[in-house]
Amino acid sequence: MTSISEIEFEARGADAAQDSAARVEGRSQWQLTWRRLRSDKVAIAAIIVVLIMIGLAIAAPAFVAITHHPPDVAYPNQGENEAGLPVGPGTAGFWLGTDGTGRDLFIRILYGARISLFVGVVTTAIGTVAGVSIGLMAGYFGGVIDAVLARFTDAVLAFPYIVLALALAVVLGPSLTVIIGVISFFAWAGIARIVRGQTLSIKEKEYIEAARSLGAGPFRIMFFDILPNLLAPVLVLATLYIPQAVVFESTLSYLGLGIQPPTASWGNILADAQNFYQTSWWYVVFPALALLITTLAFNLLGDGIRDAMDPRTERVLAGRRNRKRRKRVSRPSGDFPDPVRPAQAR
Amino acid sequence: MSAVPANTGPASTGTEIPESDVLVRVDNVTKHFPVRTSGLIRRTIGQVQAVDDVSLVIPRGKTLGVVGETGSGKSTLARCIAGLIPVTAGRVTFDGRDITNLSRRAMQPVRREVQMIFQDPYSSLNPRRRVGSIIGDPFAIHKTATGAERKRQIQELMERVGLNPEHYNRFPAEFSGGQRQRIGVARALALRPKLIICDEPVSALDVSIQAQVLNLLTDLQQDYGLSYLFIAHDLEVVRHVSDSVAVMYLGRICESGPEGDVYGSPRHPYTAALLSAAPAADPDTAASRQRIILTGDVPSPIDPPSGCRFHPRCPKARPLCGEQEPQLEAKAGDPASHVTACHFPVVAGEDLAAAYRSEVA
Repeated sequence: MTSISEIEFEARGADAAQDSAARVEGRSQWQLTWRRLRSDKVAIAAIIVVLIMIGLAIAAPAFVAITHHPPDVAYPNQGENEAGLPVGPGTAGFWLGTDGTGRDLFIRILYGARISLFVGVVTTAIGTVAGVSIGLMAGYFGGVIDAVLARFTDAVLAFPYIVLALALAVVLGPSLTVIIGVISFFAWAGIARIVRGQTLSIKEKEYIEAARSLGAGPFRIMFFDILPNLLAPVLVLATLYIPQAVVFESTLSYLGLGIQPPTASWGNILADAQNFYQTSWWYVVFPALALLITTLAFNLLGDGIRDAMDPRTERVLAGRRNRKRRKRVSRPSGDFPDPVRPAQAR
Repeated sequence: MSAVPANTGPASTGTEIPESDVLVRVDNVTKHFPVRTSGLIRRTIGQVQAVDDVSLVIPRGKTLGVVGETGSGKSTLARCIAGLIPVTAGRVTFDGRDITNLSRRAMQPVRREVQMIFQDPYSSLNPRRRVGSIIGDPFAIHKTATGAERKRQIQELMERVGLNPEHYNRFPAEFSGGQRQRIGVARALALRPKLIICDEPVSALDVSIQAQVLNLLTDLQQDYGLSYLFIAHDLEVVRHVSDSVAVMYLGRICESGPEGDVYGSPRHPYTAALLSAAPAADPDTAASRQRIILTGDVPSPIDPPSGCRFHPRCPKARPLCGEQEPQLEAKAGDPASHVTACHFPVVAGEDLAAAYRSEVA
């Protein structure tokens, strides 16, 4: 074999270049995402709100210990006025007032948060695992498997879910298990469709062929080679599904087909409250606010994660922000004399 | 599609090599991809004849270079040999075992001995996985080493291919093209294979980096007794690494033989044209030599020309070329190892460029 030593470059040179570059700390995708997320004030506020909500839900028994008002105990004497109506916030140790039967509204909202957040997180987790698995299989195997799974996904997405949920709740009887099952059943399809589409494009990459040439089996390729490339969109979808699941649960409970009284849920509190909205504003406003703040926080958090994961969208927003700032600075130079440089204007 | 029966054996390099020295034997391998109509009922309306009736032999510890332009079927041939795509017809024998169209499970032991290096160092490494995990993949899949032992072996491999073992936890995006290709080499080397199929391993790299990677491959061959199937479209790169060379055109081998013979006295007009088109480093040589400029495009592999597939573009073509398919055989005093599929092979000193000019005029 001939030698081409005249153009041979010392591998040492390349090593030296590597060493000087070693001081630049390598960052993983997650570190970069976190750095971008940290500079997003809205997302940070959303994270704080979500953490406070979770903290309050976990600490609900502690508040019971402080107020001595268990969630299911009614206080007909202190908790209701002469007309038998709920008492307002701050009255007789009821921080947010009482409900229609004289129970502590604050404590019931906290216990409602436990149910809502639990249902939201659990159904999203089940839906994500199922959606990712189904989407990966449909996309990777293709052919008949894909045809069956993709059509099934489309069918689930096209289904009027509230009708099915009501029917199931009626037939099986309302219970926490049924609610989790129903919400999970509708959670996976959207994720499966996105994952399938991404898998279709990723499986044509050369590194997948490299894995096959090493002898990797289909499941190893799906979960070790394709899945890491999908985590970003899946995380965003999952974060954005949690508030949907929370609202779904509240809707079912509001309609009386979800969590059954006396167990508190934001949905059934609101259902009870509608009889009192003319006399007791707090009874409607506080549980509704809890629901609103929680879903808004999760949605804003999901948006923030999406922006942080995909820097292109963030740059568009930043660009708009910068343009606005520039416009604000340049506006005075229009009809009015420029206050900064009056001498030059003359 | 060929009316003439396929070559009875790899007349090519096979005849003079003792059977024990043959690592890979490819016999009459054909790969056709069906062309289907889109829609619900998918009728097959044609076949892309990516590889057609190709036979070759890779001897132990040697390098076989395959050259050809884009679309000549060289990468498809590589994937057929690696068992990544099933062959339509023919037989692939590795180390005495028939490995044609084995199931994934049956192929598993062969995978340890046949590895691949891919063309694009940017798309052949998973961007979401760390380098240590990528190079460690072969160990994980074949369960040969775990834990600290695996890490030690990975770092040894990194050092062997000229990477800093401390970069174990980095992502591929933090490396340059040449370094990425070294990662690909380390991954291919992990299980100490007997054969490495290099599918255009340097064509995506800078010329200076190409030299580094080629020298690395040469060193590894000497140290571990590797055999290479080296695919490239750069004639000089193939010449530098190969012991023998096969030239492909439209899914067929048109000429093959020892590197010195094919480059020194090309017999097939296509080989001659390719060689004349390669840039020469010496400006004096470059100015004095005659380029054979081929006209037209490579015909579609769905409907290849009859007879010799090169005849529509060949400066020496005569009526016979369009009628009868030439067989691979030794021509005009060539050694038995140097075979050419041409009815009217180029003889030494012949001015093909002139022949072509006269034909056009």
